[in-house]
Amino acid sequence: MLALPAMIFLVFALAAPMGLLLIYSFLTENGFVIDAHMTLAQYANVFTREGYRTLFLRSVAISSVVTLVTVGLAYPIAYFVAFRVQRAKFTWLLLLTIPFWTSYLLRVFAWKVILGFNGAINSGLISLGLISKPLEFLLYNPTAVVVTLAHAYAAFAILPIYVSLEKIDRSLLEAAADLGDGPFRRFLRVTLPLSLPGILGAAVLIFVPTTGDYVTPTLVGGSDGVMIANLIQVQFGRVNNWPLGAALAISSMAAVGIIAVAFIQAARLSVARIK
Amino acid sequence: MLSPERVEGSKHEGRGLTVYAVAYLAFLYIPVLLLPLFSFNDSVFIAFPLRGFTTKWYAAMAADTEMHAALWNTLKVGTAASLLSTILGLLAAKALTQAAPLPGRGFVLGFSNLSLFIPEIVIGIALLILITTVGVPLSLTSVGIGHVLICLPFAILVLMSRFEGFDTSLEEASRDLGENAWMTFWRVTFPIVLPGIIASLLLTFIVSFDDFMIAFFLCGTDTTLPVYIFGELRFPYKLPNVLALGAAILIASAVLVALAEWVRRLGAEGPARNRVIGA
Repeated sequence: MLALPAMIFLVFALAAPMGLLLIYSFLTENGFVIDAHMTLAQYANVFTREGYRTLFLRSVAISSVVTLVTVGLAYPIAYFVAFRVQRAKFTWLLLLTIPFWTSYLLRVFAWKVILGFNGAINSGLISLGLISKPLEFLLYNPTAVVVTLAHAYAAFAILPIYVSLEKIDRSLLEAAADLGDGPFRRFLRVTLPLSLPGILGAAVLIFVPTTGDYVTPTLVGGSDGVMIANLIQVQFGRVNNWPLGAALAISSMAAVGIIAVAFIQAARLSVARIK
Repeated sequence: MLSPERVEGSKHEGRGLTVYAVAYLAFLYIPVLLLPLFSFNDSVFIAFPLRGFTTKWYAAMAADTEMHAALWNTLKVGTAASLLSTILGLLAAKALTQAAPLPGRGFVLGFSNLSLFIPEIVIGIALLILITTVGVPLSLTSVGIGHVLICLPFAILVLMSRFEGFDTSLEEASRDLGENAWMTFWRVTFPIVLPGIIASLLLTFIVSFDDFMIAFFLCGTDTTLPVYIFGELRFPYKLPNVLALGAAILIASAVLVALAEWVRRLGAEGPARNRVIGA
């Protein structure tokens, strides 16, 4: 009963719009009128145009690298807070989460300021006399997108991994040590497998939204860093082809969902084999 | 569960990890802190070396009426979205943590967290299609609906962690002593959950305040602050103004988050103690 207001709200604000988005993806834009005839034309378009495929594959590639880098960098810090920090855990967690709550747009902007042609790195290196003209490879490419996103999504990796490490029963670690495992083997055989739910959770929480990110590729990606969200936005802006935009959104969400589920299954299977 | 002695690794490894942790914090904070640093720099170019101290960018910001209108819009939407999502979240969190398991609990929880797993651009365009199909003009109201949607998972998570470990026998005692359901809520449940409510109000306000993507699609001509900033970023000569504004926003939201976390931890013993938002 008490959950009813939230459920009603979600039906109107989430289920209804997502349903309409799906319907729109079967329609066609005819000048300024929407043709209400149901057709698969948009999807045919999405799957046959090579440019769209390139853009989608690039988005998935960028997000995969972002996921790998972010989780890899975050694991030691989550481990540190879970096992090393004794009294100041709360302070550490707060310090690690505060940037996550500050404006995402401004954090992306900060990287534009850092990596730009006249940005902090270039001007800093020039005034130190280390380089004579600005490095142009810093901004407006996929690497800039990866760095910016890895920074922006740090908290999404740290928190789930921290929670799964914190849950590990410490007596299991003592048992492994008593039975003769060195620190490294114990980490590989006990700590790492037990923290896997956190790693997988973090991977999905990063991979899914970053494939659909718009702000970062727009501000730091340049023409080589354009991602699928830019293509979707253009359909709702300049190009004004909403049905195509809807089909692009639905098919990339479906593909990303399938990749995420396949990844989790594969990870589970490989761990089951190690055990 | 937590044994006080060090159970993992050697002391040597411990020092390496501490160095790494400090380096990681530097990676998180230095980019963000460059904005306040350059906001006091006396140059239109955001570059080293620093040219001297100035507060003129803040003066320019204070005189920018277009920005004030955007700020006012953002504050209105943020207040409405945080109030609504916290009320919806409070009721849902109560239902989700009741002793008698809620029928379809998994569905309710999954449905309310679903928006976390949908890219914001998709939420934006889906709501845009709905609102134009219904035929209502885009306004702050449409932005507000989108913001309640993305704020709701945060409200529910924060409030659920407050309700867990809540002793329901206090409510039973109150009813046995003759209070009706409303007075029981008002005099027993509400004061206990209050820190959670305040934390939820603050955090959902920040989520709404910071949102660019949804407002970008739904605000129409009622520009919010992030949409305004995004527009300004296209003009290099306006960047210093954005720096001053950005620095002010960063510091304000950091203070709000710290406050929310502190309030949420007040008296939160037991299961809620080591938990952090989003965990």
